[in-house]
Amino acid sequence: MKADIRVALVGNPNTGKSTLFNTLTGLNQKIGNFPGVTVDKKTGICTLPDGRTAEIIDLPGTYSLYPKSQDESIVFSVLADKANAHTPDLVVVIIDATNLKRNLLLYSQVADLKIPVIVALNMIDLSKKAGITIDIDLFAKKLGVPVIPISARKVEGIDKLKAAIGFANKIALQEPSIDVEAIAPQLIAQISEELKLDNPYFALQLAHQHETVKFLTPQQSDRIEELEKEFSFHSQKAQGAETIARYSFINDLLYDTVKIPETAKDETVSNKIDKVLTHRVFGLFIFLGILLFMFQSIFSWSAYPMEKIGDLFAWAQNFLHQVLPAGPLTGLVVDGVLGGLSGVMVFIPQIAILFAFISILEDTGYMSRVTFMMDKLMRKVGLNGKSVVPLIGGFACAVPSIMSTRTIENWKDRMITIMVTPLVTCSARLPIYVLLIGLVVPNRNVWWVFNLQGLALTGMYIFSLISAVVVAFAFKLILQGRERGYFIMELPVYRMPRWNNVAYSMYDRSKAFVLQAGKVIIAVSVILWVLASYGPGDRFAKIEQKYKQPQYAQKLKPDDLTRAINSEKLENSYAGALGHFIEPAIRPLGFDWKIGIALITSFAAREVFVGTMATIYSVDGNAEKIESVQKKMGSAKNPETGKPVFSLAVAFSLMMFYAFAMQCASTVAVVYRETKNWRWPAIQFAYMTILAYAASLLAYNLLK
Amino acid sequence: MTLSELVPGEIGIVKEFTDLEMSVKLMEMGCLPGESITVSRVAPLGDPIAINVSGYQLSLRKFEASTIILQ
Repeated sequence: MKADIRVALVGNPNTGKSTLFNTLTGLNQKIGNFPGVTVDKKTGICTLPDGRTAEIIDLPGTYSLYPKSQDESIVFSVLADKANAHTPDLVVVIIDATNLKRNLLLYSQVADLKIPVIVALNMIDLSKKAGITIDIDLFAKKLGVPVIPISARKVEGIDKLKAAIGFANKIALQEPSIDVEAIAPQLIAQISEELKLDNPYFALQLAHQHETVKFLTPQQSDRIEELEKEFSFHSQKAQGAETIARYSFINDLLYDTVKIPETAKDETVSNKIDKVLTHRVFGLFIFLGILLFMFQSIFSWSAYPMEKIGDLFAWAQNFLHQVLPAGPLTGLVVDGVLGGLSGVMVFIPQIAILFAFISILEDTGYMSRVTFMMDKLMRKVGLNGKSVVPLIGGFACAVPSIMSTRTIENWKDRMITIMVTPLVTCSARLPIYVLLIGLVVPNRNVWWVFNLQGLALTGMYIFSLISAVVVAFAFKLILQGRERGYFIMELPVYRMPRWNNVAYSMYDRSKAFVLQAGKVIIAVSVILWVLASYGPGDRFAKIEQKYKQPQYAQKLKPDDLTRAINSEKLENSYAGALGHFIEPAIRPLGFDWKIGIALITSFAAREVFVGTMATIYSVDGNAEKIESVQKKMGSAKNPETGKPVFSLAVAFSLMMFYAFAMQCASTVAVVYRETKNWRWPAIQFAYMTILAYAASLLAYNLLK
Repeated sequence: MTLSELVPGEIGIVKEFTDLEMSVKLMEMGCLPGESITVSRVAPLGDPIAINVSGYQLSLRKFEASTIILQ
């Protein structure tokens, strides 16, 4: 649908911009209190009171048009690029009424681009509560644009805003703010003349940003560079002069129109909370407590729904086996696709609960306090306070976590965070650890309270964090920083989480997880199933023949006979051949060809390990029944030595391999998408595989 | 005297900056010459610090605070 007008939503982070976007469009999305959660450009359609439609574009939150991070640079590009298909007809600048001064800086910059502007004065209810009085009519008159007081959370004033969007002029009517030309008179005049621009501020912005904007030709960009040298233009000095001039304009404006009491009331409540949550001693313990509670909840609350999802799939598989005629196609659909899918679906409860927690922590403003508390520690190892968020998210899934690193302004900090996030124990590794620990670690208590298996699992989680930190430190020494790191970050006022937003985040992330991982798992299941079901030449026929001989057919029970046939077929299948092919390479780690097959298939996604093991150890029926896979694996004997295949050494060696290896196609893809360079995923894949091999080799030889 | 020398609860007024690059970022966030800054707290590990400026709370590292000279 083509909308009648195009409207861009611009504003500082934490001003309720995303909430307003949701209210206007009815299209929900993720919103957070953590600066910069809105990273992808989001659009939605809004119906205006006069029946026309407006396409609303939600731009990333930014404090000024001078970008500090990757997603902030989108704002100027969208507003300025006249040839772009998304150039807005109107800009709605959303301003936090409790924090007018800083919010007006961005407004005055946008207004000077001379695009028609409307001001949405958000949180007007909170501002009244804090005793701030704003003469809105005078304020609007001085700015020369419509100013609509709203409360996006309480859905107040939205109709008036929609009406104002409908009435908006095609020409910009805003009053001038500062004397832009005075900042660099000759340069602005020259650029305006050569590029035929009628707006001095646009010319000045091009002088600052000509290297990053996409709509200039290289010749134009070079010419601007030349002009800058000619008129000895200094970007930072000019920016500083502009900011000072703008704030002086804003101070005059506010002096006439706004009265602010000495201490704002909302501030003190937030301060009281901060006194506890960021306390010198308790602050870190509270954070640790919240983390422990989070993981405890993820595991305990998800146990029941996970079991039910597993049961449902088992039931569906059994049902389909009975209904459909036996044959290769049924096998593919029921055992391959459905079996593989059940492997992903059981993780939905864990993912949903984890994202509910992360969404609450971001929405309330607590996540910014975590970055505040952790910055010093993280900086020591080459990371940034803001790296804490992706690292915690990494316990669920590295894919969304790597996307969330966009809020890290510093290039080196961001790259290191991306490089180490996949080391954190993600939820896909959990079933593998549970399976292997259950196999080799005795289920008994030590020191009265600690369960040995639980300790081993906790150990794997802590180990993953330590390895991430050590690797980060190594990258800190290797990588050359492009720019200085800094940490100037707003600490937003604490707010209650928006529960519908939390619910949406759970739904949205679970859906993304199922779609992303689901595709990979279905593909791998199908391929593995084909490779394991067919063999080269007439080998399969020969096996069938062999077991028809009376010494097998009579001695073995029918069930055992089928199993024996299947496992011999597997060894002679294409998958078996592949396993045998890599066996020499993994023999030093204690792995045999069967584990080799699982290792290969796991490079698509770790989750397929259990399914592969189930297929390989020819467990009939339900592939998700971990117990039965576990039993099979536990009784598996090495044909040469007669000892169990899964000894303590092999199990830990295997866990080490899964702890380090980059066995996730989705992560590789997302790292490429975020870094825009194949070098990064390649380096990551290489270093993680080498570490995995080395750690496995070490673990196997130490425990052998 | 720089901002990093203040202890929580103390108030200072910005005079100038020692670092151009940092000053551009700080001024955008409302730390301008003439503006009053209150140090509200220090992170548990001693760095960064949280300040109140222009009616909101901002966190910055001690090093960054040391580039702000107070009156």
